[in-house]
Amino acid sequence: MLKSRQDLIDARNQAKAAMENEKFRILICAGTGCLAGGSAKIYDKMCQLVKDAGLDVNVEFGAGVAHGANGECPSHENADKAGGVKKSGCHGFCEMGPLVRIEPYNFLYIKVKEEDCEEIFNTTILKGEPVERLLYEMDGVKYKAQEDIPFYAKQTRLVLKNCGHIDSEHLNEYLAVGGYSALEKALFDMTPDEIINEIYESDLRGRGGGGFQTGYKWKQVARQEEKIRYVVCNGDEGDPGAFMDRSVMEGDPHKMIEGMIIAGYAVGAQEGYIYVRAEYPLAISRLKIAIAQAEEAGLLGDDILGTGYSFKLHINRGAGAFVCGEGSALTASIEGERGMPRTKPPRTVEQGLFAKPTVLNNVETYANVPMIITNGAQWYKGIGTEGSPGTKAFAVTGSINNTGLIEVPMGTTLREIVYEIGGGIKNGKDFKAVQIGGPSGGCLIGNHLDVPLDFDSLKKMGAMIGSGGLVIMDEDTCMVEVARFFMNFTQNESCGKCIPCREGTKRMLEILEDIVAGRGTMEQLDMLQELGEAITDTALCGLGKSAALPVLSTLKLFRDEYVEHVVDKKCRTGNCQALRTYKIDPEKCKGCSKCARNCPVSAISGEIRSPYTIDSSKCIKCGACESDCPFGAITIE
Amino acid sequence: MDYMTIDGRCVPIEGEKNILALIRKAGIDLPTFCYHSELSVYGACRMCVVEDERGRILASCSEQPRPGMVIRTNTTKIRKYRKLIIELLLASHCRDCTVCTKNGNCELQNIAFKVGIHAVRFLNNREQVPIDISSPSIVRDPNKCILCGDCVRTCAEIQAVGAIDFAHRGSNMEVTPAFGKELADTDCVGCGQCRVVCPTGALTIRTNVTDVWNAVADPKKRVVVQIAPAVRVAIGEKFGFPKGTNVMGKIVAALRLMGFDKVYDTNFAADLTIMEESKEFAERLKNNEKLPLFTSCCPGWVKFCETKYPEFADNISTCRSPQGMFSAVVKEYFAKADEEEGKETFVVSIMPCTAKKGEILRPDNFTDGRQDTDSVITSVELIRMIRQAGIKFDEIESEAPDMPFGMASGAASIFGVTGGVTEAVLRHVSEDKDHKALSQISFSGVRGIDGVKEATVQLGDREVKIAVANGLANAALILENIKAGEAHYDFVEVMACRRGCIAGGGQPLPMGPRTKAGRSDGIYAVDRESQIRFADDNPVMSQIYEDVIAGKEHKLLHRNVENV
Repeated sequence: MLKSRQDLIDARNQAKAAMENEKFRILICAGTGCLAGGSAKIYDKMCQLVKDAGLDVNVEFGAGVAHGANGECPSHENADKAGGVKKSGCHGFCEMGPLVRIEPYNFLYIKVKEEDCEEIFNTTILKGEPVERLLYEMDGVKYKAQEDIPFYAKQTRLVLKNCGHIDSEHLNEYLAVGGYSALEKALFDMTPDEIINEIYESDLRGRGGGGFQTGYKWKQVARQEEKIRYVVCNGDEGDPGAFMDRSVMEGDPHKMIEGMIIAGYAVGAQEGYIYVRAEYPLAISRLKIAIAQAEEAGLLGDDILGTGYSFKLHINRGAGAFVCGEGSALTASIEGERGMPRTKPPRTVEQGLFAKPTVLNNVETYANVPMIITNGAQWYKGIGTEGSPGTKAFAVTGSINNTGLIEVPMGTTLREIVYEIGGGIKNGKDFKAVQIGGPSGGCLIGNHLDVPLDFDSLKKMGAMIGSGGLVIMDEDTCMVEVARFFMNFTQNESCGKCIPCREGTKRMLEILEDIVAGRGTMEQLDMLQELGEAITDTALCGLGKSAALPVLSTLKLFRDEYVEHVVDKKCRTGNCQALRTYKIDPEKCKGCSKCARNCPVSAISGEIRSPYTIDSSKCIKCGACESDCPFGAITIE
Repeated sequence: MDYMTIDGRCVPIEGEKNILALIRKAGIDLPTFCYHSELSVYGACRMCVVEDERGRILASCSEQPRPGMVIRTNTTKIRKYRKLIIELLLASHCRDCTVCTKNGNCELQNIAFKVGIHAVRFLNNREQVPIDISSPSIVRDPNKCILCGDCVRTCAEIQAVGAIDFAHRGSNMEVTPAFGKELADTDCVGCGQCRVVCPTGALTIRTNVTDVWNAVADPKKRVVVQIAPAVRVAIGEKFGFPKGTNVMGKIVAALRLMGFDKVYDTNFAADLTIMEESKEFAERLKNNEKLPLFTSCCPGWVKFCETKYPEFADNISTCRSPQGMFSAVVKEYFAKADEEEGKETFVVSIMPCTAKKGEILRPDNFTDGRQDTDSVITSVELIRMIRQAGIKFDEIESEAPDMPFGMASGAASIFGVTGGVTEAVLRHVSEDKDHKALSQISFSGVRGIDGVKEATVQLGDREVKIAVANGLANAALILENIKAGEAHYDFVEVMACRRGCIAGGGQPLPMGPRTKAGRSDGIYAVDRESQIRFADDNPVMSQIYEDVIAGKEHKLLHRNVENV
């Protein structure tokens, strides 16, 4: 139990020394993606190898403050070890997982399998040489050091700095990299007002999507008359494909917790809640471990570091509703009520959780707090753009070479993300669009590649950063289908409270389904526009207000595609099954009759050994003929 | 004073909590489904949207007025949105208006007409679900529900019952009892306040009109009807009479025209209740046991207490409600004649209340295992019967009810408003029986529309503490205070509906604050204008006590609690 500032400094120095003493560190990514790729087995194998070799290793790292090990590996009590085998948080380069990083060489091995462990151990751990075949290669260049790989070299990893570099299940690792020094500074060198001012001065804006000024929020909570206040962390990251917050919670949970304690101290809250979606079991278990460790160390709970300040943290698991990412629905859900947004005012800062003043920020926002406190607002404002300082984490998915988690300064252009960090579009295709801000965001197209990504620039273009999901689409993507996909998502996730969202999204989805099925009319296009505008203007909550955005933005940017679907009954990408026309190339067809025999509706006929034909009036576009043709004679027109 | 501008007009801000209140004050009837001043702001229907000078759209129900604010309620954009919202609602709503019980009284229908919907461009593909007729009081037709949540909030906030809530999400959302149960399997007390606020035909009164018509047509049945106090001051509204007009005479005439054999007044039984309950109260005071005494006239309250606060069930008076006393006594009265004439007495009661339909089915309200009241129809159903019979209600001459059960004191008539039962009992137990005493009692604090009223009166050498609650959430408040030891009372009157029976679940709609006030005034006028102001002065009553009730008080006038 750390009972004073000095205790914390001593513990940190001890942890630092222990980390420096390690001759090597094997960091095996234990993020959700790499775990699914089998990284747990790699970890076990590595442990076995070092154990068999009789190396004196540290698996749980350090002694004293940290929680006990999980027991799968040999553990040692003293801190002076030859090296360590660690389960780290997500490295972000998920496309290349499972990932293994070896320090001090900083080698990053990609797509590692259990069988590779022996070679890694023999070559790198014992001899200090890289295993060439496991290194990342791009344009003929092999990159040994992780930091040199273009994917990483172009990023500015501040929030995600420790993700992949420390063992997230051990407090000492966080302490060794300077953890809880911001809390130390906040508690001992600053008054609550000074903390709030520092955050206010830094212009930190909420990373959950709204971009509301965090310091202003804290100020408002601090000046409420009601003395019982709450700090709530929104970890209900619901956008499909987004996993920024998950990575922080899994890879560096203490950073976020530190941010929350500082927020609590600044606004005078004694209790905090972390609302995590139930689909993140790993994040929940790591947060639980982190909270238990922080409590045991005296960094959380009663009388933190002997200052007399007490702060308790609770974890609430969501039940899967997307709408619970909306502030008032989230607080209602924590209270045990149905997760439905309520009207505002009163706002969350006045009457939030249990109708008390509440600071509600998301995971990434809290994770920004410690570094602002440590380095100061001026330093922070030096990163990013004037209106949107700092960095932003994005989850990059879709038709791009390097999918994964990235962090760049605000104001980075889409071109840099797609072509430099992302390594360009998959299979050399053309860039078509990017869906930014999740299902409630909008589309950006080629013309927007050089627009700086920050809160204000995107707002001007009718899009939003949202929580930071980036879905990259190539020329083969049907934008009508994309709109239908997102509308299907929002319609399913509408809470049902307000009429425009509940009934309107249902009707928009019906129309989009009609269009992709070739039943659309031009009147329906106008109807889409009318519904979309009405929902945007009249829906109750932020989610409803943005529900129509993917449709409105594709309707504006890709109207010709919509018209093609409606008038010509054609989908240029062939994505819309109902609009496909299958044709047999008479040159290639050998008349084997396989397609005719496989066709479930007998739409194909012909004479053996002469070209067959498809009766398109009978064809149900199932595609069975195409996939079965041994000569590749059947194609979509 | 601060002002804001609404549609180009200056409107003073006088403490209104939201812009909507100001808009309505300015004479603009902005339509809403989910806004009720007595309920929490829900903000779901979005009908109340307005546009500010920057073109932003605001929901006026949840927006606080700010000095200098400029809004418009009637721009092209707003009109378009409002229409679209209604169109979307109608698209998922059955459009069998002509055969709907709510036809003519339906807010959805009214607003659709007002905003001018002439066609619905979407297909109605909503799945039809079964109608819940499990409750004797309320019919729940989820197919007609527009999910405004008024019923949910009324049930939870005003009545503290919470029998229904939302389930599922998005377009699959529905209002339902928990776990898809039927209403009868819930804590629903049958008060019908959900039906009062329901803008459509999703929650309606379970009707017994056909049973009554059948009985009237049956020559073997002696059909006897009793009329509750709150009915006579409400139904005139639907026939062009000013709010609160006492139309008892016309009701009597109409019922005779329809073919009822005897037309009586429930107020007679209310006088019996005053006598019995006062006796019981004096007894309990003397023995200092089972105090406070809770009134038992309101079946919604009785069920509420039994299900939510069973520890207080013994405190409820054992007296039957006036309806129950009436039927038992009348059946006893006609027992001999029935036997001689080979007839069967069929008692119909006309009530402002849906819970009364449930009360008659309770075994503790039976006499010798026989159901006393055969059928309950509400004010709304009476109006329907008058219309079905083609009676020109406004033109027919008033008539007096039949004797002997047609005479009652003014004290009985005020059973229809909150505080009335208490006031009537106080009049009975008061030693002075003059006008000064009357006025003292009326000013003791039992009158008025506050949710909880308290009064202290001197009874002999004892100071008696009284509480009066209307609305079950207020009753719960009192019970919680008693449980916590923070309050002590000797006598507690509860009426489940806010303001009492005049605003009961079976009363005609719409039922705004002015209508309720009018009905209240009407009830007090009946009292003021009666020749008899004290129950003990009712000359017929002592006769009936002697001739019919004597020796059978427990059987006829009290609940057979052992039967439950």
